[in-house]
Amino acid sequence: MNAAPPHGPGLAGLPRRALVALAVFVAALVAAPGLVDDYILSVLILGLYFALVGQAWNVMTGFCGQLSLGHALYIGLGAYTAGALFVRFEISPWIGLPVAMVVAGLAGALIGFLSFRFGIRGVYFALLTIAFAEFTRILFDHWGWVGGSSGLYLPVTERTQVDLWSLRGPLWMFYYVILAAVGLAFLICRRLLNAKIGYYWLAIREDQEAAQAMGIDILRYKVLAVAVSAMMTAFGGVFYAFYYNQFYPETIFNIDKSIEILLGVIVGGIGTLFGPILGAFALAGIGEVLIWFQDLVGVRGLKLLTYGVVLMIIILAKPDGLWPWLRPLLGLGRRDRA
Amino acid sequence: MFDLPTFIYVDSLIRGLLQGAVYGMMAIGLSIVFGVMKVVNFAHGEMLILGGYLAFMLYSWFALDPIIAIALIGPLMFAFGAVLQRTLVDKFIDRPQHQQFLLMIGMALVLVNGLDMIFGPDARGAHEVPYAFDSYEVGGIFIDAVRLYKAAAALVMVGFLFWFFKATRTGKAIRAAADNYRGALVVGLNVSRLYAITFGIGAACAGAAGCLLVLDDITPHAGPGFTLLAFTIVIIGGLGSMPGALLGGVLIGVSEAMAGVMFQPSLKSIFSYGLLILVLLFRPAGLMGKRA
Amino acid sequence: MLEVRDLSKSFRGLKAVNGLGFRVEKGTIGALIGPNGAGKTTVFNLITGALRADAGQVLLDGREITGLRPDQACHAGIGRTFQVARPLAELSVEDNVIVGALRATGSVAEARRTARQVLDLLDFGREAAKPAHELTLPDRKRLEVAKALATGPRILLLDEVMAGLRPTETDRMVATFRRLNQETGLTILLIEHVMRAVMALSQSVTVINHGTLIASGTPETVVRDPAVLECYLGQEEDEAAHA
Repeated sequence: MNAAPPHGPGLAGLPRRALVALAVFVAALVAAPGLVDDYILSVLILGLYFALVGQAWNVMTGFCGQLSLGHALYIGLGAYTAGALFVRFEISPWIGLPVAMVVAGLAGALIGFLSFRFGIRGVYFALLTIAFAEFTRILFDHWGWVGGSSGLYLPVTERTQVDLWSLRGPLWMFYYVILAAVGLAFLICRRLLNAKIGYYWLAIREDQEAAQAMGIDILRYKVLAVAVSAMMTAFGGVFYAFYYNQFYPETIFNIDKSIEILLGVIVGGIGTLFGPILGAFALAGIGEVLIWFQDLVGVRGLKLLTYGVVLMIIILAKPDGLWPWLRPLLGLGRRDRA
Repeated sequence: MFDLPTFIYVDSLIRGLLQGAVYGMMAIGLSIVFGVMKVVNFAHGEMLILGGYLAFMLYSWFALDPIIAIALIGPLMFAFGAVLQRTLVDKFIDRPQHQQFLLMIGMALVLVNGLDMIFGPDARGAHEVPYAFDSYEVGGIFIDAVRLYKAAAALVMVGFLFWFFKATRTGKAIRAAADNYRGALVVGLNVSRLYAITFGIGAACAGAAGCLLVLDDITPHAGPGFTLLAFTIVIIGGLGSMPGALLGGVLIGVSEAMAGVMFQPSLKSIFSYGLLILVLLFRPAGLMGKRA
Repeated sequence: MLEVRDLSKSFRGLKAVNGLGFRVEKGTIGALIGPNGAGKTTVFNLITGALRADAGQVLLDGREITGLRPDQACHAGIGRTFQVARPLAELSVEDNVIVGALRATGSVAEARRTARQVLDLLDFGREAAKPAHELTLPDRKRLEVAKALATGPRILLLDEVMAGLRPTETDRMVATFRRLNQETGLTILLIEHVMRAVMALSQSVTVINHGTLIASGTPETVVRDPAVLECYLGQEEDEAAHA
């Protein structure tokens, strides 16, 4: 996994060229709803969604080195918590959001604590995360109050009125919500990485025993990594619920979802700040092209097949992802933390 | 839930045992690969499905019984696995374990979706074998011939595997390499060749299990489910332990069958996952595995 | 400052450390020596909490630290290096040391200041930006020391820090430790095979073999102790007999 060695205060570490490019990029994103049609906008939303949950997954796996293959659990918990509160009690998603994050955070902390307390690591831990997600999937499949296997349906209203409080509205409303979320997640990740917790996570990732010998309480920090990651992921889950308006345990807790989350991060650059965002957009873009081609040729499964091939190629040739490779090419130097 | 007549339970138990034999055989492949190479084959279920579809093709074109087809597909899958190991997996021996994990996840995606592209997502099965509707009666219980033959085939293969690892030189060499990688190198064993063979065996087990399963139904998207099932079995039974894999397979087979009857069929996996979680937390070495 | 009493540890019935007791006085440099396999690193692991003792006690400034986790032991004042250096490979040298310095503070800025001081102390400043995995062996060993030093220990445990170094590098390390000890009063306990370092640095020497105490005292007395000679020579004799 690649390093994201934190260094230096603020973005001042980047050369001016890069800051300008970044500003242009951000400006383009902000202006997008006025510039592109609804179809492209929905693709951007998808890309941003994966940028959000990818960054969240990256916190636990990329920064702290604990491989999670069951992250769909937190998406599902986020979606169901906020979704059920909305459907049953008409509670706004903005209130449902912190509740969802707490639920997911607690679930993550519990899983982390149980596992790490018993010294479960590496492959075994990854399998455990899968087991918890699957267990929860079957559980929700049989839980009538949230709809059981039929899933949860959020009442859909006309998408012309902007009702931000209930997250009902046109596409551009969702776009700005997810854009803000991604920006916020980025800032949070940067903050974490530059703080003591970030350094400690990296140390644990690099060498757990050495980290311990330097005074790091590894149980505590590993559990924190899982909890923080889970909470951020739940944000994505809440968004998913209100954007798609319907979901079932079978799909939302599915291992396919867990794998989707990590594809962009691996391709973009695990452990880096920009990698997950880059990878999410790259895959969303490629994905749309592939879907168009699929429909044209009448062949299913091409998109995912390609994702599989891309994953294998990246893991074989550039396991650190594309961003660490692009970074020096863009003249940004190799020690940049992003 | 307990007010069903006894014979239903006995029937479920028997079905579970028979299915468990197949599960066990499938899981042994995964267990060996992990035990010997410390490689986590996340595409195990997908290889199973691949074997199943190969059998399905032979059945559709030549009316070849899938169980007989194992004689062809087993070696074919073995070759596939060995080549895959040599060309791809071998490169990851010295790399961090999660990378090899992810490689196989990619492979799984490729297999599932490749098969989806070729065969479509609908269930296929070899349903018109001559004995499809036969059954044997034993003491008032009816046992499907299909289930019985599947289990018998599975046990034959398990027997072969046990013999291979106990009695043949290659088998013993593989076990030696599993116990002590460096020692094996020092003694002059060609470890890369042994690894290729081991992975090939793993793929062959998966493929053979697929041939058996095509007698029911297979779809491309059942792949991940089988991978998870295999992992559950292997971890409960003990990674690296062949008897453990068999025992685990039978345990899961029976628990699924019984849970399906006592509660609801859709809940059957929840016990497997619950057991998996408990085993991972409290006894990761599994019921019969060596303490890591 | 550091006192070990009656320490014992067995592995599968084999006694690796057997009722060992010794002390290192505050502000001094002590050495723990013995033939290969004598149990020296095991003793370190027991002191730092990496291993759990079967019996016995470890006391730091009178306070019992037996059974503490390694991170707790570090907070109590134990700094250690590993025999085979364990750098945080993907991080820069400076970041490695910052991690150590963060033991005592929550502020990264402050930790960075401490890290820079430690690096200067060890004459390592020039390599600060280098990724740890690019370091040469002697530099890795220096990084081990820097990491441990940055945690602000009361006693520094050095496990064969001189192994594999050329004589000039060894002398440099010796000079650094002597300076540290004299300027800051840092207590040091070293495991060493390189006798020139032991003789040059240590004020007290403890000799163990098969996990048991053979001799202890000043370097001069220990070196002449027949029991000590016996355990080193005895090993040579064994090797000769089996040749």
